[in-house]
Amino acid sequence: MAGVDISAGTAARRSDDRRLRPYLAFIWPALVVCTALIIFPWLFTIWMSLNDWHIGSARTFIGLENYIKLATDRRFLESIGHTFYFTVLAVFLPLVLGTLSALVFHKKFRGRGFFRTLFIMPMMATPVAVSLVWTMMFHPQLGVLNYLLSLVGLPPSQWVFATGTVIPSLVLVEIWLWTPFVMIIVLGGLASLPNEPYEAALIDGASQWQMFWNITYPLVLPFLVVAMIIRTIDALKAFETIWVICNGGPGTASETLNVYLYAQAFAYNQVGTASAVVVVFFAIIVALSLVLLWARQKAKWA
Amino acid sequence: MSHRNLSRRRALKGAAALGGLAAPMLNTVTTFAQSGAFNWQRFKGQSIEVVMETGPRADLVKKHAKEFEQLTGISMGLEIIPEQQARQKTTIELNSGKPAFDLFNIAYHVQKRQVEKAKWLFDVTAWTRDPQMTPAAYEFADISKPGLDYATQSDGKITSLPMFVDYFMLYWNKELFAKKNLAPPKTLDEMFDAAVKLNDPDNGIAGYVGRGLRNANVVLYTQYLSGWGQQTTTKDNPPQLLTDTPDAIAAAEYYKKLLTTAAPKGVTGFNWNECQGLFMQGRAAMWLDGIGFAPPAEDKTKSRVVGKVGYALPPAGPKAHHSVFFGGGAAIPAASSKKEAAYLAALWMTGRQMTSRMLQTGGGVPFRSAPLKDNEVLAQLTIPREWAETAAGCAPISMPGLPVIVPVTQFRDTIGTALTNLLGGADAATEMKRATAEFKPILEKSEQG
Repeated sequence: MAGVDISAGTAARRSDDRRLRPYLAFIWPALVVCTALIIFPWLFTIWMSLNDWHIGSARTFIGLENYIKLATDRRFLESIGHTFYFTVLAVFLPLVLGTLSALVFHKKFRGRGFFRTLFIMPMMATPVAVSLVWTMMFHPQLGVLNYLLSLVGLPPSQWVFATGTVIPSLVLVEIWLWTPFVMIIVLGGLASLPNEPYEAALIDGASQWQMFWNITYPLVLPFLVVAMIIRTIDALKAFETIWVICNGGPGTASETLNVYLYAQAFAYNQVGTASAVVVVFFAIIVALSLVLLWARQKAKWA
Repeated sequence: MSHRNLSRRRALKGAAALGGLAAPMLNTVTTFAQSGAFNWQRFKGQSIEVVMETGPRADLVKKHAKEFEQLTGISMGLEIIPEQQARQKTTIELNSGKPAFDLFNIAYHVQKRQVEKAKWLFDVTAWTRDPQMTPAAYEFADISKPGLDYATQSDGKITSLPMFVDYFMLYWNKELFAKKNLAPPKTLDEMFDAAVKLNDPDNGIAGYVGRGLRNANVVLYTQYLSGWGQQTTTKDNPPQLLTDTPDAIAAAEYYKKLLTTAAPKGVTGFNWNECQGLFMQGRAAMWLDGIGFAPPAEDKTKSRVVGKVGYALPPAGPKAHHSVFFGGGAAIPAASSKKEAAYLAALWMTGRQMTSRMLQTGGGVPFRSAPLKDNEVLAQLTIPREWAETAAGCAPISMPGLPVIVPVTQFRDTIGTALTNLLGGADAATEMKRATAEFKPILEKSEQG
């Protein structure tokens, strides 16, 4: 019996193989593209990170020395801190404000379509152009922001021109750019919500806040998590705004991993060190993605 | 009846002079074949690719490119890209061994040591001495010593032709100075005193403005440091850092004192463009920076201080009086296959005519002395003559503004961060010593490879 079973199984597998074989050829194009564009660059980056490699000089294999140096490099360690500080603010604030504006724009009122369009305009602008405009607005003497502050009787701020305020000021630009994006996702979520729970809540005499906190929030949460994942990836990647507005300065006060990486690779021509930074950065992103995916599982509608 | 007295010798002299003047305009192929003299048309029919950094020099080359093509019969492809990207592009392409360009404009103060160590450039020494390759009209001897030093590698080979020099000068607002009855400062101490007197933050006037942004600020610092008669490294091979000497610390203290007392709030983040904005709005009484900012300051559509700008030599320090300089030239990659044609383009770009045009538009000062003394050139200046006179005055007191090392950018970032920290209140001695210690191993390593 057993022998028969096995032979039958093998035969079935063989016929499966025969059926599949012609299709295996279709994998090749994707495999070649993936290898050339993703796998090879990755392996090459890891290999570069194990070398002392400066453009214009000879390359020498140094093992893990680049990583060991990074572990004690003040600038690198600080840049990790700046990256997290920036990311947390640049994810959390657009999420809160985006949700709020989604709630507002979900209500029906005159000119809603027009205002919605107006509100998502920033998202369509080129980050570099936007950054240049903001740089002028931030200027402590000639900028319009300090003028606005003076109108309401507040003292002038140094915005991106002082160590303490630079990251919050940069986050301001991120908020302006990306709040509409969160709003669109949450609006989509709100539109998909059923009406019945709200009707039941009204009959039970629930307040607006209770309806939000006990119905809207849990139902919209999966959408918020999606927005959070995309925002986190974007915030970690943020480069143009920081580079154009303040070059990672004053000093190194807003130097994130991306900016540090750029300096190593393209300003100092230290290909080896830069590759090591990329590998560490990748590890951080993978770890963060795992946390976020876990959060997404948790937030699924039960 | 004077023509009767015309001797044969005089007639020949006159003809030769006329010929010399007209040579660039004539097709001299036949002359060359007979005499072996210099001939612009010798490499006719070739085509070359040129990479230049965005700016007045590139604009000028673009504007007159047709003239070059007519003169030489060489067609010239011109790619103009912003400074930072241009330097990255040229570095990476040169490193690949197959650059797509035959000529590029090298920034000596950033790239000199790097291209020299990597042996990326073609040696033009022999050509500069060959009358068939370099015409007498090029006036090679007129190239100033700092320019020639920049173009010459440590092994004595000339690997580029110097094009322009950028000195530091003091821009001062005549109106604001007149209001307080002050004269432009001659020394660093006078500059500090004047800045304090002119500083009026309540009315939005800064006594002084200068670069505070990390990296950009280092050149302002080296200008102050030159007042102590010192540079940032020794001239030894390999060079040693001098950024933690008592003089270097004194200069850093001056930097801190001036910029925290009389400069506007937020100066820590100011590059030249923020300084320029403030100065052109008439909101800063003094600004010490490169000489290239006169054209916008004298442009009615951009500036509110047209006709009110004074140009002066940078103030002298307690021990010396210098103006720091930076510069650029035209270089040919050793891997180029059209070196001869590229060399003619380099001759044309860095020659008397083009550099005089550059001077006239305020686009830069040539690494030459003749255009600065030529009344015909000066008569067509589009900016005040005071500017050109100040630039000419900078030449004899010039001193390199940045060390000739490979990791220049890293040097500027490291020292620049220390300077930025000073503006935040840090101690000059501590910061300069820390930054020097931080950069020392990087410099040593760069010299080993």
